[in-house]
Amino acid sequence: MDFVESDSLAQFRTAAREWADEHVDPGWVELEHATGTHHNPDLHALLGRQGLLGAGWPAAYGGTDVDPGLALAVFQEIGARGLRMDGWVTTEMVARTILAVATEEARQAIVPAALRGEVVIVLGYTEPGSGSDVAAARMRAVRDGDEWVVNGSKMFTSTAHVATHVFLLARTNTEVAKHRGLTLFLARLDAPGVEVQPVHTLGGQRTNATFYSDVRVPDAMRIGDVDGGWGVMRVALVHERGTAPAPGGPTLVQRVAAWARHAPGDDGGVLFDDPAVQEELARLAVDDEVSRLLALKVRWVASTGGMPGIEGSMAKLWSSEAEQRRGAVLTDLLGEQALLRVEHGTGRGSGGAPLDGAVEWAYRKAPVSTIYGGTSEVQREIVAERRLGLPRSRPAG
Amino acid sequence: MDLALTGDQLALRESVAGLFAEQATPERVRAAEARGHDAALWRVLVQSGVPTMGVPEELGGGGATVSDLVVVAIEAGRRVAPVDLPGAWAAAHLLAGSPAGHGLVGAVGAGEVLPALALRPLRNGSAGPVAGAAAADVVVALDGDELVALSRPEGTVAEPLPDLAAAALAEVSTAVWSQRRVLATGAAAVRAHADAGSLWRVLTAAALEGLRQEALRLGVAYVLDRHAFGVPIAWFQTVQHRLADVATAGDGAELLVHEAAWARDTGDPRAAALARMAFLFAARTAQETAAASLHFHGGYGYTLEYDVQLYYRRARGWPLALGAPRHELRALATDLFAGAA
Ligand SMILES: Cc1cc2nc3c(=O)[nH]c(=O)nc-3n(C[C@H](O)[C@H](O)[C@H](O)COP(=O)(O)OP(=O)(O)OC[C@H]3O[C@@H](n4cnc5c(N)ncnc54)[C@H](O)[C@@H]3O)c2cc1C
Repeated sequence: MDFVESDSLAQFRTAAREWADEHVDPGWVELEHATGTHHNPDLHALLGRQGLLGAGWPAAYGGTDVDPGLALAVFQEIGARGLRMDGWVTTEMVARTILAVATEEARQAIVPAALRGEVVIVLGYTEPGSGSDVAAARMRAVRDGDEWVVNGSKMFTSTAHVATHVFLLARTNTEVAKHRGLTLFLARLDAPGVEVQPVHTLGGQRTNATFYSDVRVPDAMRIGDVDGGWGVMRVALVHERGTAPAPGGPTLVQRVAAWARHAPGDDGGVLFDDPAVQEELARLAVDDEVSRLLALKVRWVASTGGMPGIEGSMAKLWSSEAEQRRGAVLTDLLGEQALLRVEHGTGRGSGGAPLDGAVEWAYRKAPVSTIYGGTSEVQREIVAERRLGLPRSRPAG
Repeated sequence: MDLALTGDQLALRESVAGLFAEQATPERVRAAEARGHDAALWRVLVQSGVPTMGVPEELGGGGATVSDLVVVAIEAGRRVAPVDLPGAWAAAHLLAGSPAGHGLVGAVGAGEVLPALALRPLRNGSAGPVAGAAAADVVVALDGDELVALSRPEGTVAEPLPDLAAAALAEVSTAVWSQRRVLATGAAAVRAHADAGSLWRVLTAAALEGLRQEALRLGVAYVLDRHAFGVPIAWFQTVQHRLADVATAGDGAELLVHEAAWARDTGDPRAAALARMAFLFAARTAQETAAASLHFHGGYGYTLEYDVQLYYRRARGWPLALGAPRHELRALATDLFAGAA
């Protein structure tokens, strides 16, 4: 075995750093924290204009000749500077799905504009009444000539308030089993009848509830076959992001350990002198190493041409559960210091919050990790059924 | 990056898996519980060159890498084979590292001497209970700043102490183990002993990883077979989810064990820390897996008739030979963070 992962993007790292130095406004991170919007329209438009979004895509659909390696390195550098690109993540997923299953008309209408950064697509799968059981969606779409009329509501439509389109999972047939009556549509968020309302979350991210009343979607913007939505969802899930590892800074555990070597302890020395503190930090470091290795395995399986489905579930399950343990343990380690919070965008903050409030924030945002992207229970089902060969426990249907 | 075993390692795995399946059956494991050692199995291993496989070829060993030893240790652990390979290998490593030990290395290879390692330095002439010592002819130990190979005068015995894991535990004191051969002195002795301890951690982690895999397999097989309320108990989600959790941690443990071996083989600066991590995590995961597996056997899991109890006991017993894990955690914290200030 060989655990050295060669950096497939090494040759682009310098250029990516220079790009970010020139174009990334350091104020954007604060803006992201203040608004909770994990998408920066200025940055997104710039990436589109410069051809970075279109790197590696077919020229016939607006692909550019920017090296995809450079583009990925730039995206990772942006991530390393604390900015998220959720708008591009979902747009890319849907655009790939459109290329795979949609009509030529839909491809031409959407993909080139998405690669120019003019179209931003978000995901409308989850509803007030269904999340994990995504196929239970109740949003209705009824055909009316060349159009479909959509009614219903979606929950957690993240980034919708700064996007142009939403990828809607809707029921087109109520006479058949729930997986067989679904169809996907690409609706404009500025269409009459669409309403976007903010939903604020514990970790600061702003997401949305979106409502649709008699929203008209042309049949050309139906993505995939009528009632074939479940198959389309599967295509969408396969189109994951690039698999190169991002350059990592120090982990939160390493930062806390470094801090603990100077922070006053309970009896005169520094906090790190306390054996109990050392034991906790060591346990968390082991958890982190396991998270790193499970993610490495996902990339390795992908690099050998395999489909790391089970490995992906294991990595997600382990690292999200570990993130929650970490939040609990680190807040305990810091004691009352862990309470101190930095409130972005308000100019308010507790002076002297250790590590700029990173531990307080880690605790606050930890719960979401086991919820979105497939809850821990959903991941365990996958591991139980597909790795261990245990029977399906959910009711059929 | 390559997370697959090499072709040679796959072949090695197949052959030792066959050997242990045949020679370390549950009946043999039970029969060896009183002494903690199966002498017939050891003889077979000697014939295959296993005890000295990690020793350099010029000393008559097999010249195997730590990654190769890990492959064997996993298979031994899978059958909870009643031989202390990690201890014997780590001790042979120390004997091979000193000209004064080369004669003993030859004797180990010939099956005349069975070596064990005292993990904790002698204190007032005693190393406390040492795993494998009840079956051993030679115990390598650190006495002050001397690394010594201790043996007993002819006719004396090392009484096995009944223990949780049937690990051939015996008290090692210089009163009984009165004959000594000095292998190294000064800082070199301390360094060599620490290094052997690190090797032992990786190899014990590997044995625990094999144990873990089989404990999981036993649990999965049982829940698929056993019925309650008209369905296999594997159908219940609480059963599935706990097994999925230990299986997930298990993939992590397996990777960590191989990574620690690779780090040692390649001289990676993180090798010592990774050995501790692999040891701690493999121990924790093996214990959690064996406990879950036993639990899902219901009352039968608590009977001596079912094999899962053999795994449950050793999952805890093997790692505790090193002492309480809190010391290991603190040492790991020092390895990882003490340079960071
Ligand atoms: C910040 C945030 C952003 C999001 N962004 C988006 C987005 O952009 N687009 C989108 O479509 N969705 C989005 N989601 C929704 C997310 O995908 C869902 O929250 C998630 O799928 C869980 O669905 P739910 O919230 O309805 O919970 P439920 O499905 O109601 O689950 C509630 C609890 O029941 C458990 N449970 C459910 N089924 C089972 C089962 N079979 N066995 C055992 N336990 C079970 C779950 O694990 C969970 O603990 C977002 C969510 C959050 C929090």
